[in-house]
Amino acid sequence: MSEEIKKLIIDYVKKEYLEEDSTTEVNENTKLISSGIVDSFSMVSLKMFLEKKFLVKIPDDKATPEAFDSVNNIIVLLKEFTKI
Amino acid sequence: MSNIGSYEEKYKTFKWEQSEKELEYGKNGMYNIGYYCSDRICEKGDANKLALIWEGFTGEVKKFTYDDIRVHSNTIAKLLQDNGVNVGDRVCLFMDKVPELYLGFIGILKMGGIAQPLFSAFGEEALFTRLDDAKTKAIITQKKHLGKVRRIKDKLPELTKIIIIDADDTTPQVNEIHFCMAKAHKVDKFDIVKVGPEVPSVLHYTSGTTGKPKGAQHVHSSIIAQYITSKWVLDLHPDDIYWCTADPGWVTGTSYGIIGSWANGVTQVVLDAGFGTEKWYAFIQKYKVTMWYSAPTAIRLLMKEGLDVVKKYDLSSLRHLASVGEPLNAEAVIWSEKAFGKPFYDTYWQTETGAIVITNFPGMKIKPGSMGKAFPGVTATVVNAKTYEPIETPGTVGLIALKPGWPSMMRTYWNNKETYEGKFKNGWYICGDRSSIDNEGYFWFVGRDDDVINTAGHLVGPFEIESALLEHKAVAESAAIGKPDPVNMEVVKAFIALKPGFEPSGDLELDIMNFIRKKLSPLAMPQDIEFVPSLPKTRSGKIMRRLLRAQEWGEEIGDISTLEND
Repeated sequence: MSEEIKKLIIDYVKKEYLEEDSTTEVNENTKLISSGIVDSFSMVSLKMFLEKKFLVKIPDDKATPEAFDSVNNIIVLLKEFTKI
Repeated sequence: MSNIGSYEEKYKTFKWEQSEKELEYGKNGMYNIGYYCSDRICEKGDANKLALIWEGFTGEVKKFTYDDIRVHSNTIAKLLQDNGVNVGDRVCLFMDKVPELYLGFIGILKMGGIAQPLFSAFGEEALFTRLDDAKTKAIITQKKHLGKVRRIKDKLPELTKIIIIDADDTTPQVNEIHFCMAKAHKVDKFDIVKVGPEVPSVLHYTSGTTGKPKGAQHVHSSIIAQYITSKWVLDLHPDDIYWCTADPGWVTGTSYGIIGSWANGVTQVVLDAGFGTEKWYAFIQKYKVTMWYSAPTAIRLLMKEGLDVVKKYDLSSLRHLASVGEPLNAEAVIWSEKAFGKPFYDTYWQTETGAIVITNFPGMKIKPGSMGKAFPGVTATVVNAKTYEPIETPGTVGLIALKPGWPSMMRTYWNNKETYEGKFKNGWYICGDRSSIDNEGYFWFVGRDDDVINTAGHLVGPFEIESALLEHKAVAESAAIGKPDPVNMEVVKAFIALKPGFEPSGDLELDIMNFIRKKLSPLAMPQDIEFVPSLPKTRSGKIMRRLLRAQEWGEEIGDISTLEND
């Protein structure tokens, strides 16, 4: 199940935040915020995607750059609020 | 002792010629900024001093002495010349905060080109608008941003040189040039073009309420103001380790992230990574940063993380802190005193002013929440919004106005003289911001005088967002306004009426957000969308953003006699 969720998030990041012809590798450990793939403003749209997809409400004070800095970090965050 | 000493004394006696004299500006007919930021520092005996310590998000570190800056910028200047870029041609820098951005900026200036830095997160439409307006001849970019350039290049006939700094071994497409700084033949001697002081140097685009973004055109003599304001306001000392967190895609990143710091010969550090509280504190600790110039949004994000995390790091190297981009709230000033043992000094200026014009000075009494006082050599006041006469009564709100003539003032808007001339009223340059002045001469920011949205210190034009929204298949009409935000001061909110056949939904909201983010930029992306049946308009059909904004901010709605459906 966790693998499916990882893939779902990785696919979304690739589709929405990388150029179509980008050769940048994204895996569960790839730095998303600190690498600039997702900037702090775009975190809002990523947060919205996660909330809609997993039917959760992530409090703003939990949506920190560190919490969004990799797919693995995001999964840890989601686990706080869902039963994934 | 701070560099400025007594502000009152300097305000009475200072003339810009003092800065020119310190810089030896114009010696041997040399006015080129590129020379003053590299070769001159080497000639003064600091060739081996570190000019730039760069760290990437992976922890990779690169160091450059002033002699490295001189040689690498020569190399880029020659590359441009060899590829047919001429004096006066616009050369866009479209990169992350990599070393080539800083070196390229100096290189463009050295060969007489006009540097046009653009924020690398701009989407292709925002990029196209600015390159099309400037009729840009060359662009220096990275592989990761090349896709955006390739998708628009056919609509830009003047754009004939696309320089890629990190290309792989693939064959370049038409008009593309692969350039690798590490492998390039180093150019030790380059004849810096002897431009005059009034020759255009930098073109920075900024947004307005209506129409397309405007290119504020600066000239080489802007360095006279950028040098002395760096010295007196940022209080740069020769042994400082200076960190300006701004991206050179915006004016702070060039005026104070390149020109001011290198003209003063200091060592600056650059972190090419996204924001992270602990990452930033660790960076300050690692490089023993002494002077830190940042932005209120970043400071408020640090505040959110609290004081405990500050204590985990040794930040005792910090000697002076300053802030720019939007008003620094009193709470942030007070918090920084608790966190770092010293306040952030707020500075006020704009893309158009090219350098700090109103500010808090080292050694001056800080009134938390105030913008401070006019820089010596700058005459600043607030004027009545109708008569444009200076307001004499302390505490009365008016428009911030500056007497033209400081060296870094823009000389025009590119291809838009009419709008430029419209910025001057009754002999004053009108900044477009509202403020009052208290009985001790301190300025107190109130807000913008127009619909431009200030988000995290960057101006975003509502017209550009609304135009892009109309290109979305579901949007019939829209209005974009600034919505209050505790961290970014304002974020974009869009009111949208949908076309028949479309229904409001969370998925549609997200789709529209991403549409704007990719087309324009993350800054322009609405962080909140409200679907409405229709938008309030005047009888002549103009959308009343003012009304929507007043509702959002809980302000008086004011006169709505022209409302169409009242």
